[in-house]
Amino acid sequence: MKRFSQLIQELELSNKTNDKIAALVSYFNEADDRDKPYVIAMFTGKKPKRPVNTSLIKQWAIELSSIPEWLFAESYSSVGDLSETIALVLPPAERNVDKPLHQWINELAQLNGKDDESKKDYILETWNSLNTQERFIFNKLISGNFRIGVSNKMLVNAIAKQSDEDSSKIMHSIMGKWQPDEITYLGLIEGAHVNTDNSWPYPFCLAYALETEPENLGDTTEWQAEWKWDGIRGQIVKRNDELFIWSRGEELVTDQFPELHFLKDELPNGVVLDGEILSIKDGKVQSFSTLQQRLNRKTINKSQLNDAPIGFFTYDILEYNGEDIRQEPLEKRRSILENVISGLVTKNIALLSPVINFKSWEQLATIRETAREINSEGIMLKKLSSTFHTGRKRGDWWKWKINPFTVDTVMIYAQKGSGRRANFFTDYTFAVRDGDKLITIAKAYSGLTDKEIKEVNSFVNKNAIEKFGPVRTVKPELVFEIAFEGIAESKRHKAGLALRFPRIARWRKDKKADEINTLDDLRQLLASTL
Amino acid sequence: MALIEFTNRGIYCKQGNFHIDPWHPVDYAVTTHGHADHVKWGNKNYLCHELTKPILKQRYALEDNVETLPYNKEIDINGVKLSLFPAGHVIGSSQIRLEYKGEICVVSGDYKVEYDGISTAFEPVKCHTFVSESTFGLPIYTWQAQQLIFDQIISWITDNNLKGKTSILVAYSLGKAQRLIKNLAGHYPIYVHNSIANLNEGFAGAGVQLPETIRITPEIKKDELQKGIVIIPPALADGRWVKNLQQPAIGVCSGWMAVRAGRRWRSADAGFALSDHADWPGLLEAIKATEAEKVFVTHGSTAVFAKYLNEIGISAEEVTTKYGAEDDDIIGESTENPVKEEIQ
Repeated sequence: MKRFSQLIQELELSNKTNDKIAALVSYFNEADDRDKPYVIAMFTGKKPKRPVNTSLIKQWAIELSSIPEWLFAESYSSVGDLSETIALVLPPAERNVDKPLHQWINELAQLNGKDDESKKDYILETWNSLNTQERFIFNKLISGNFRIGVSNKMLVNAIAKQSDEDSSKIMHSIMGKWQPDEITYLGLIEGAHVNTDNSWPYPFCLAYALETEPENLGDTTEWQAEWKWDGIRGQIVKRNDELFIWSRGEELVTDQFPELHFLKDELPNGVVLDGEILSIKDGKVQSFSTLQQRLNRKTINKSQLNDAPIGFFTYDILEYNGEDIRQEPLEKRRSILENVISGLVTKNIALLSPVINFKSWEQLATIRETAREINSEGIMLKKLSSTFHTGRKRGDWWKWKINPFTVDTVMIYAQKGSGRRANFFTDYTFAVRDGDKLITIAKAYSGLTDKEIKEVNSFVNKNAIEKFGPVRTVKPELVFEIAFEGIAESKRHKAGLALRFPRIARWRKDKKADEINTLDDLRQLLASTL
Repeated sequence: MALIEFTNRGIYCKQGNFHIDPWHPVDYAVTTHGHADHVKWGNKNYLCHELTKPILKQRYALEDNVETLPYNKEIDINGVKLSLFPAGHVIGSSQIRLEYKGEICVVSGDYKVEYDGISTAFEPVKCHTFVSESTFGLPIYTWQAQQLIFDQIISWITDNNLKGKTSILVAYSLGKAQRLIKNLAGHYPIYVHNSIANLNEGFAGAGVQLPETIRITPEIKKDELQKGIVIIPPALADGRWVKNLQQPAIGVCSGWMAVRAGRRWRSADAGFALSDHADWPGLLEAIKATEAEKVFVTHGSTAVFAKYLNEIGISAEEVTTKYGAEDDDIIGESTENPVKEEIQ
């Protein structure tokens, strides 16, 4: 486990993708082969059955460290991670035992079905033989949940680099069905359990944000305008009677969207479509928050299928008759795409993303203003002569987004950060006015400069009204402009609505608390977006 | 009548008519140590340990109005007996012991119980009233023995050295820097930033023996720095000067590094949980050793720590002060410090 512990430390210390990939590559070069499938399973969220429940673990840790429960809770709120809090509060270990990672995992799996006493004996014994960092990892192994900023794509890139294999092949392989105790690392790389020849997607062509006036793009007749949809960019691959759905993160998400599985029967072989996975009801695109109910779920129930039905708006076609047609001009690809989509028997699920007719840039600008009414984020501009580039290239494709919504709010709660930020108020809760009351509307983690954080911090220290653990109620005085991307009804929030992706746009030192927006303002906005 | 009271200027001893570590100017300021949150410019007179004097001179150009005392020597101020005891926090750091009509009060400033090899070792002082910090007053903070940490630092530096990276240690110029210099000497040449070199000169003048270091100047070549150890204060860690070094690898030395969120918060390549403050067991040990009837908890996890002390039968109270800005200050020491800490 020492090598794995080193990997975790390296991954946590860097926020640069290249460093993380380098750390993973050297791990896969050096680690025990038997450990590797477990590490891949862990990082891709393949969770084993949890052998001991959290409350027992917590209770034993409190017992062993002989601190009161409230003090454990305070510690947890400062650390922000239960596994780490436990690792830190336990008394120092009396010995040090080193076993390979897969052995720890298998020993934990064997605890399933045993009584609490034997589980406790094993856990306490283990805590007493690991150092703080190893304990932290062991606790994570119990939970099976190890999120440390390694995306599937990053992991796949590292394995591809280490094994000198194609990354989409590796992605297909690790997204397939396998068990870490039944497969070897080599087996995983080779993809013996899946047929990787059929699945590979193309790199996505991405657009830059338009920073100038569209007039500078020249003649309108050279451009195709489409709506920019706020969903999950995806590629649908149909080859040799198999269907694969890839997300923009280059993850296989085929199983998550059963509504699209009919394409397996209806699309011709040798076709790859580019488009947007969206929730579409009665031909209307739903908001992102509706789509969200369907994302990253292992199982989907009936009501989710009803409430958030999935559709696919196609933008482009990259392969036709088994041939790569990305170098053909957009104009030609679009007409092939129109043919393919019109050939589908099942209508209204996989659709053409409509092209917007416009005569002048001013006219298009006016049309763009209506984007929100159809849950679009703005407009995409693509040159009719453009090929389907690999990645981002300046000039041929532009996204022309509408500006975010903003609302003026007042800060009413502040919470301390964790760790080194434990002494600074960095998490704020904002409210709008509702009659003579203030009602919480968003929570945002800073977004301010260090200097502003200091300033807010000293304001909170001076103007705290009440305190609940790490949270302070503060005098409603500081006005912040919050930017957000969307608004949705929400039963979970007291205000009855929730903002999508709220963040602090700026600190409005020029405004007073009585100048902020009201809940009615937001309700009207909500009504206008429905 | 209590020997000390907490006023809006700082800790005040009415019987002796003096303040301890005031944050607004007063006539007579008794100073626990030289960190910026405990000394403010503008008091009429200062009293501090003899090794704190070179710091006040270096950082605040204070000299004529500074009286000094060695440890363990009692003086009388308006009938209050005052003496200094080592706090083990940084060079010269002192606990202030006050005695008046048999009543004893100790104001400890900042302290740590582990001997760091350079600051005079902490000495517990029995008293009726004890004023304690609680910077790391949560049971998640338990330091490793410093030798283990220095071993880790040396192996990190050796590894950087082999990989062609420049090892940069981020440490407060007063305290942590001298502790690193003392304990890391003999492996690689140590290059220090001006603010550290200036303090070291002051200490040398006061008779403190420190291993040899090299002041960083524009003439020193980058590949020389790559082969050595570079020590800089926190304010410079994110600066351009560091970015322009050969493959800079930044190691932050601070107690906050004990927690993962703390290590991630700074853009460091390595975090070493090396602190000049007492850890949780250290705070409890120190407080129990005073046998105090009453403990005032000043800066840090004040509410939590005071509550816990009361639960284990030690009467404690939380006090709001302006201390603690130093270690906690996200901008770095320089904001509180009138001496510019920039290279060139």
